[in-house]
Amino acid sequence: MIKHESIETNVGLLIILSLVAMGIGGLVEIVPLFYINDTIEKVEGVRPYTPLELRGRDIYIREGCYTCHSQMVRPFRDEDLRYGHYSLAAESQYDHPFQWGSKRTGPDLARVGKKYSNEWHVQHLIAPRSVVPESIMPNYPWLLENELHYADITERMRALKKTGVPYAESPAEHAANVEKFGEAVANQLNINDAEKNLLRAAEADNFDGNPARLSEMDAMVAYLQMLGTLVDFNQYDEGYFAEFR
Amino acid sequence: MAGSTPVVSQQYNYAVIRKFAIMALLWGLFGMSVGVYIASELAWPWLNFDIPYITFGRFRPVHTTSVIFGFGGNALFATSYYVVQRTCQARLPSDFLASFTFYGWNAGLLLGVISYMSGITQGREYAEFEWPIDIAITVVWVAYFWLYLGTLRRRSQPHIYVANWFFMAFILATALLHIFNNLAVPTGLFSMKSYSLFSGVQDAMTQWWYGHNAVGFFLTAAFLGMMYYFVPKQAGRPVYSYRLSIIHFWALIFLYMWVGTHHLHWTAIPDWTSTLAATFSILLLMPSWGGMINGIMTLSGAWDKLRSDPIMLFLITSLSFYGMSTFEGPLMALKSVNALSHYTDWTIGHVHSGALGWVAMVSFGSFYHMIPRLYDTKLYSQKLVYAHFFLAVIGILLYIIAMWVSGIGQGIMLRAFDDFGNLQYTFVESVAFMHWPLVFRALGGALFVTGVVIMAVNIFMTIAQAKREAAAIEAKIAAKMAGAAA
Repeated sequence: MIKHESIETNVGLLIILSLVAMGIGGLVEIVPLFYINDTIEKVEGVRPYTPLELRGRDIYIREGCYTCHSQMVRPFRDEDLRYGHYSLAAESQYDHPFQWGSKRTGPDLARVGKKYSNEWHVQHLIAPRSVVPESIMPNYPWLLENELHYADITERMRALKKTGVPYAESPAEHAANVEKFGEAVANQLNINDAEKNLLRAAEADNFDGNPARLSEMDAMVAYLQMLGTLVDFNQYDEGYFAEFR
Repeated sequence: MAGSTPVVSQQYNYAVIRKFAIMALLWGLFGMSVGVYIASELAWPWLNFDIPYITFGRFRPVHTTSVIFGFGGNALFATSYYVVQRTCQARLPSDFLASFTFYGWNAGLLLGVISYMSGITQGREYAEFEWPIDIAITVVWVAYFWLYLGTLRRRSQPHIYVANWFFMAFILATALLHIFNNLAVPTGLFSMKSYSLFSGVQDAMTQWWYGHNAVGFFLTAAFLGMMYYFVPKQAGRPVYSYRLSIIHFWALIFLYMWVGTHHLHWTAIPDWTSTLAATFSILLLMPSWGGMINGIMTLSGAWDKLRSDPIMLFLITSLSFYGMSTFEGPLMALKSVNALSHYTDWTIGHVHSGALGWVAMVSFGSFYHMIPRLYDTKLYSQKLVYAHFFLAVIGILLYIIAMWVSGIGQGIMLRAFDDFGNLQYTFVESVAFMHWPLVFRALGGALFVTGVVIMAVNIFMTIAQAKREAAAIEAKIAAKMAGAAA
């Protein structure tokens, strides 16, 4: 039996034993999450972000929206009624970083997509109190004023590809995406067409209400409008997701 | 580097400690004032002024970074360098590296704060620095580790004093957490944007393993190191139980690493991780209270000091808050309590009872003890220390109580159902309810900052007084020399 004195008199031993003591908890809780297959539910519909949505998400992170809004509906009756089906791990599998948040100064946004019109979102982001008088959210008028910067969209997608997001650059990768997500989605995930896709999406839906300009608001609203809309929960019965928890 | 002989004549490197101590105060003043400002933004949203740089979302990381890493970090550098040199009776092995840690750390923080205001952020709580700053900080941290290790190796005592175990564990854990939580792929070599290597569940797990252990090691273990030196010193008595310090050290550093997932109860994280974290959170109560008891009982036989010594008042009150918040923490880590408390202001109140009540109060007490010794003088005013103490305590209490009201209130409102089984309140009704608690919270914070202003004045006057005394002594010597010459 070693005496504690031998640790107190030996820096090297103190350091090594401290590292061992501190290492175990992290190893036990983090490492298995990469290997246990049931960690992420098998579910259809979840796909990486389109170029325009991705730019919107980057702006969401830039403005620190996560400091007041969570994106994680918990399995409680009140949250089910207020926000919708509880969030699945699968729904944030392409989120680098995750944006589950830790504080709801404002409501959860995991399923905010398609609940309000584009016009409502634009108005609400410019002046929240003009649509919700009691709101304490800051005004974000500059989202409409700033032109969307998208010159580096391919660099952004390439970086995400390195982390494992299935954006395609080669024909083989594109073919794999067609197989996995279908033709329409796969085309959106093609890095070579990123700029074209981004411009086309903004033009088609005209999120900010001004067809003449591509503003940061276009990207932001495009992102908000897709949140939580990818999985069709009518396809699954409740018992199915419980198996993964 | 460890083998080179220092050319400086002084026994210890106090110069770098003075710099760190002053920067800790400046970051504290800045970061806490920003805290009061963002708290006011929540009570009166027009304070955002439509200026992107100071909106809540961008300003909140400025607050957290300035107080945790600016105030807390500089205070830890200062006190750990003080403690390690004095308990080892050895000088830091390199003055150059010591200065490097000072300028490197503070430059990194300044860049970080400016970058957040410009919207450059990783979007990970308490780890918002983008990748170039992360790398710079890692280099500074390696230098810190090297200096600390070097000083320990030069010690003239066979034993390593208990405070140093805690500081060393903090240095090691912070390195481990910082590196793994900031793994990211930049969008280009000259770009300030990166994407985290992990996603979703794994990313959340890594982030809260980091997030809670930033609390566990940066804001707890390290400050326990501070406590283990300054409480016995100020009390003039040895640590209450040496055995208890051994047990609670190992238990604390082992258990803390398991509990981060209690920030993710009821989320899409697998239940088994969540259950493990809740279990270990309850276990953690024991080493936490072990530390508190060891600190407070150090005063046994000298309780009268609480009547006569305001510095002791700071130190013992900080331990009381430590005991309170480490009881509240495991309570909130229970899944059933967490279902209500999570995402509400209750969490914010809990953090501040730890951060203001424990971390800041123990730092203030230690600084009041250390700074006069660094400058070889007496504290300018004891009365101002009392004024600071009472402002701080009233401020904290106001803050915590306001957050209990708003957090628990909102939690109850959001799960309330009416007679027909429908939700009783909309979300925004809970926001309207929180207005007055948020006003009182800002007021509590403002009182606390006022206390720090008083401290800054006291410290400034102490340093000015030290300079006058030094000048007077020099003049006397000069006069004597002149007299002798004549």
